[in-house]
This record gives sequence, C-alpha cells and structure tokens, in this order.
Amino acid sequence: MLTLLRNEKVRGILYQILVITGFLIVAYFIAINTAHNIEVRGIKSGFDFLHATAGFDITESPIPFSPQSTHWDVFKVGLLNTLIVSFAGIILSSILGLIIGVSRLSKNWIINRLAAGYIETFRNIPVLLQILFWYNVVLATLPATRKSLNFFDSIFINNRGIFIPNPIFEPGAWLIGVALVAALIGGWWIHRWAFKRHEETGENFPAIWAGLGLVIVLPLLAYLIMGGPVHFDYPALKGFNFQGGKVFTPEFLALLFALSIYTATFIAEAIRSGIEAVPKGQKEAATALGLTPIQSLRFVILPQAVRIAIPSIINQYLNLTKNSSLAAAIGYPELVTIFAGTSLNQTGQALEILGITMLTYLIISLVVSLILNWFNAKMKIKER
Amino acid sequence: MKRLLKLSAVAALAVTTLSMAGTLDDVKKAGVLKCGVNTGLPGFSEADSKGAWRGLDVDYCRALAAAVLGDASKVKYTPLNAKERFTALQSGEIDVLSRNTTNTETRDTTLGINFAGVMYYDGQGFMVPKSLGIKSAKELDGATVCIQAGTTTELNLADYFRSNKMKFKAITFDTNDQVDKAFLAGRCDILTTDQSGLYAARTKFKNPEKFVILPEIISKEPLAPAVRQGDDQWFNIAKWTRNALLTAEEKGITSTNADEMKKSNDPETKRLLGAEGTMGKNLGLDADAFYRAIKQVGNYGEIFERNVGANTPLKISRGLNALWNKGGMQYSPPFR
Repeated sequence: MLTLLRNEKVRGILYQILVITGFLIVAYFIAINTAHNIEVRGIKSGFDFLHATAGFDITESPIPFSPQSTHWDVFKVGLLNTLIVSFAGIILSSILGLIIGVSRLSKNWIINRLAAGYIETFRNIPVLLQILFWYNVVLATLPATRKSLNFFDSIFINNRGIFIPNPIFEPGAWLIGVALVAALIGGWWIHRWAFKRHEETGENFPAIWAGLGLVIVLPLLAYLIMGGPVHFDYPALKGFNFQGGKVFTPEFLALLFALSIYTATFIAEAIRSGIEAVPKGQKEAATALGLTPIQSLRFVILPQAVRIAIPSIINQYLNLTKNSSLAAAIGYPELVTIFAGTSLNQTGQALEILGITMLTYLIISLVVSLILNWFNAKMKIKER
Repeated sequence: MKRLLKLSAVAALAVTTLSMAGTLDDVKKAGVLKCGVNTGLPGFSEADSKGAWRGLDVDYCRALAAAVLGDASKVKYTPLNAKERFTALQSGEIDVLSRNTTNTETRDTTLGINFAGVMYYDGQGFMVPKSLGIKSAKELDGATVCIQAGTTTELNLADYFRSNKMKFKAITFDTNDQVDKAFLAGRCDILTTDQSGLYAARTKFKNPEKFVILPEIISKEPLAPAVRQGDDQWFNIAKWTRNALLTAEEKGITSTNADEMKKSNDPETKRLLGAEGTMGKNLGLDADAFYRAIKQVGNYGEIFERNVGANTPLKISRGLNALWNKGGMQYSPPFR
C-alpha cells in the first residue's frame, strides 16, 4: 500500500481524484443550499415561466413579437438581436481594422499618425462610455421626425432611426434568388479558372469585374423575365412616426458604431503586429520580382500577416459578441437587456434566467471559436 | 457593475445559510438599517447637493430606523434600479425595500417578499410635449413610448394599448434618468410612469411648461415598502411603523408636539407614544419606538407635505392619499 503511495504516477492520480471530489462536494453544497434557500424564502422556481405570457413589447424584433408572446419568445428575440449586432459588428470592425492596421504602417506621415491617434484614442476609452457617447451623438445631431432628412422620398433619417424601403418579394421572386446563387457559383468558378490560367500562362483575366457583372446581370435578367416580382414598401410619415419600410434604430446604430470602432482598434493592432512579423525579406523579394507595393501587400504580405493575426482576431470577435451585452445601457433589445433584464424582473426568477443567459453566451463563444479555429487550421501555411 | 451586483446577489443566495427570523437582531447588531431606494426620483428618493437622501420613501426608512434603532439617521441607503430591487431584497443586501414599488399579486406571491402597507396611492399616466397638441391618451395610436425596464408600467402600457386597439413602440431604459434624457432628446413621443413620477420628472426639466400630463390614469399603483417573506416579526415592525405614521396624523401628533401629546387624555395616543400599554414591546422594540419615529421624522401628513406636497416643486395634492376621514384612502388599523 505504502509503496503504491510512493509511486509518483499513482500519487498524481490520487491528488486529482481528491481535487475533483472536493470540487463536486462544494458544487453539491451550493446547489442544495440554493434550492433550500429559494424554497424557504418562498421564491418561485422552475422553468414554467418560459411558457408564460411576457406582457411587454420589444422595439425591434426580427421575428413576430407581441405582448402576448411568451418569455421563451423573448429569449429568442434577444438571442437573434445579439447575433445580428455581433455579426454586423464583426464585419464592420474587420474592414475598419484592416484599413487602420495597414495605414498604421504607412510611410505617409499623416496617414500613419492619424491611424495611431485613432487606435490610441478609441482603445483607451471604456466601451460602455463610447456606446453612451454615440447614442447621445446620434440622438442630439439628427433632426426630429417631422424635420427628417429626406433622400428621394424613399430614405429618411431622423432621431428615431434610418428608414429605408423594404423589398417585398412576390411569388416568382424565387428565380432572382436562384439567379443570384448561380451568379455567385459562376463568379467563384471564373475566379478559379482565371487563377489557374494565370498560373499556367501568366496572363491576367479581370475575374473580379467579370464576377461582379455576373452577380448584377443574372438577377436583373431574372427580375425582368418574371415581370418585376419585387416591389418596395416605402416608409411614410403617418401619425407620430414613419410607418413601413425597414428601420435601423438609433440604439442599434449607436451600439454597432461603438462596438465596431472599439474592436477595430484591437484588430488593427493585431494586423499591424502580423504584418511586422512577416520577415522583411518577403517584401524585398516581392519588390525584386517587380510587384507594385499594393500587389506585394495583397499577394505576399497580407496572406502571411493574416495567418499570424487570426488567433488574436478570434479573441476580439468573441469580445465584441460579449460586449454587445452592454447594450442594456441604451436599451437595444439584445439578450441581456430584455431576457436577463426585463423578463428577469417581471418573473423574478433570477437564477434560472441568469443561468440560461450565461449558458447561451458560453455556447455562442464556443461555436464562434470552433469555427474560427477550424478556419485558422485551414489557413495555416501548409508545410510540405 | 450593475450586472456584477446582480450576480453577486444571486451568488449570495447560493452560499449563505439562512437564519429565517432575525432581521431585527441583525439590524440591531449592525446598528444600521439597510434600505433600498430609487436611484433618483424627486420627492420620493433623491440625494441632495450634500449627498443626504430625501423623499417620501426615504422618510419611511428613517422612521423605521428611528423606531428600531432610536436614531433616524442610522440608515444605509442602497440606490437600486427597477431591475435590481427584488434580488437585492431577496438576497439580504437590504433589510427593507422602500422604492416606489407597486404591490401586485405576482410580486407578493412569487418573489418571496411581503408588502408592508401602502405609502402612496398612485396610478400610471402619460406626459407628452405640448407641441404635439394631444389632449387624451386615446390619441396615442402609433406613438413611441419611453419607459423604465422591469416595471409594472411596462405591462400596463401593453395592456392599455391592446385593450384600446392601438399600436405603440416601447423604448426601455434601466434608470429614470436615461428615460427622461431620451424623452427630452425626442427619441419618443410619450413618457409614461406613475403619475407622481411624471410630476417628479417634470420638475427636473429645463422647460417644464412645454410638457403636459394627460388626464387619463390607466392603472392602480399602490406603492408600498416591502420586506422579505418568512420573518413575521420584521414584517410586523415594517407594517406598524407605517401605521404609526398614519395614526399620528389622525390623532394630530406631530414632530413638534410629540412630547406634550404623551400626556394627552386620548388613550390611543398614549398607547402609540408608549406612555401606556405595550405597543412597542409587542414588536420586540422599545416602548417609545413609535414616539421616536414621529418625533424624529414626523407624521404621514408632515412627510407628505415636506416631500411632494403643495409647497414643493411637485405640488401634488393629497387626493387618494388623504386620511380616510378626510376623503382619502390612507387608513391605519387601530393601536389597541
């Protein structure tokens, strides 16, 4: 027995078992104690509330929602809004971050300093303050409903949001969708073909323009063939507000701006460090081959820099998603605002709702990092 | 920060073991009453320029502290927004929640709290800019409404618009200040909350005369202090402190004449002030507990006039909040 204890391997396993048992005991104690406390205090528990009528309304919802909907619907709306603002934020911050990151290394003194100033300013101000700042800027600078900025009687901008025409698809519009998909596949095929031809013959083919033309021409053709099956629902001033059309609310815009601008600084820095990590010889070699600076950036530097930068960019995407929960400050109806906020307060079931919310964020984060890790593995330089 | 508070409150629910009775002992031991109040609602609870809390809800806590601890100033105020308030009470971060909270069936039965009698009878109303030219809430179809999240108002609003077949858009914020700011910035057409809250908000506006409060009252909002369920002694203390303030007004006992009234010929007055009987002791307090509350904070009428009455910026008349024998609804069971 003693000899067994002296065995390093056995001892290691024993310690691990002890630690895990201890952890389980503590977890068990907390669970039992919580259940007991809740019962003693007469607080309602369980998940029945998810099927109860919510009773309140939500400003913006991608799916139909009314005060008669349930708390489960509230959860779905909140989750969708979180995903929408995170997705838009990830796209916007990536574009912005790439531009700023490259500018940061520009030889042009002004561009270089501007980019540095941008990064240092927005990176060092808490993102919550930035959200509030943008919200107040949006509300303060845009005109009131009746004095909206009017663009061709179809786009209106005021302090209730940006109103744009909403396309309404009639039967027959399916062909446009099919045409678009076909155009995208065709564009991708042209790109591959052009690349292969370039490899073999060195001749260039304007694949981007050809693809773009395809994407525009094919759906347009489909539209004409089916006799114009799409019409637009234009926003119009009725009563208090603009009715109809699609609206981007000030809450959404402020949150999107703030998150994108803030996260773009970190992405810019990740890209800059990625570029700087590419050996100098690569750039010199590209120049020696006669590539223009833009070409060398596009074909030699960036592909390598992005590979280095991807892991830290993944982190920033996750941060952006999690930071979207700060929207509670300005009332954008995402998961934390309406589900872990309003629903929690109306039902009083804090443990259940916070539990569901935390689990949801965990799952979102894990899924995002799984996808991006897969992407990272795929993008890695394949050493042969 | 706020989320941290909420989480820690939940965590407290998880790890503390609960001593069921004993809020009174805890308060006495701590020497201070922990009171949850509004983050800022003029007339009800607001920190003044020196950082001292004032208002009707605040005065209730002061009276309770005077009764329990003998000193109205021994209160630790925790400003809470609507969403945090019940968790703070459930988890024991505060001993009493005195934060313009509406007594409702759901709250009373599912949150593990008890309401200790109404301090202010209120109802939900609407405020609109005069420039819109609206005279009645029935004209509000299609309007955008600014509202505080996690309130009964949010639910009443949906009910009211639904029963009148009108549509609305609600923009919800965490605190009163954010709601007011968005309303002033023109983000919404209407501001809605309890009518007292509308009057209170209007006092803070730069041009209060540019806004009108519509005549409709769309709900009953009995605002009541609340305590944790399961501690009957503490619940009784909270109830009877409120009752003492009402009875004091009924009997004409004020903060200035409380000493003389001890010698009054009226037996109930004597009992209330502890000169006779065992009223305070029945609750586990000193005999003169309510005398101290009245002496230091004043009776209900004094509290009302001082904070929201005719001589304050809110200029609210007693209305439903007059005593029962003066045409109102404020009524206390007898001290007997």
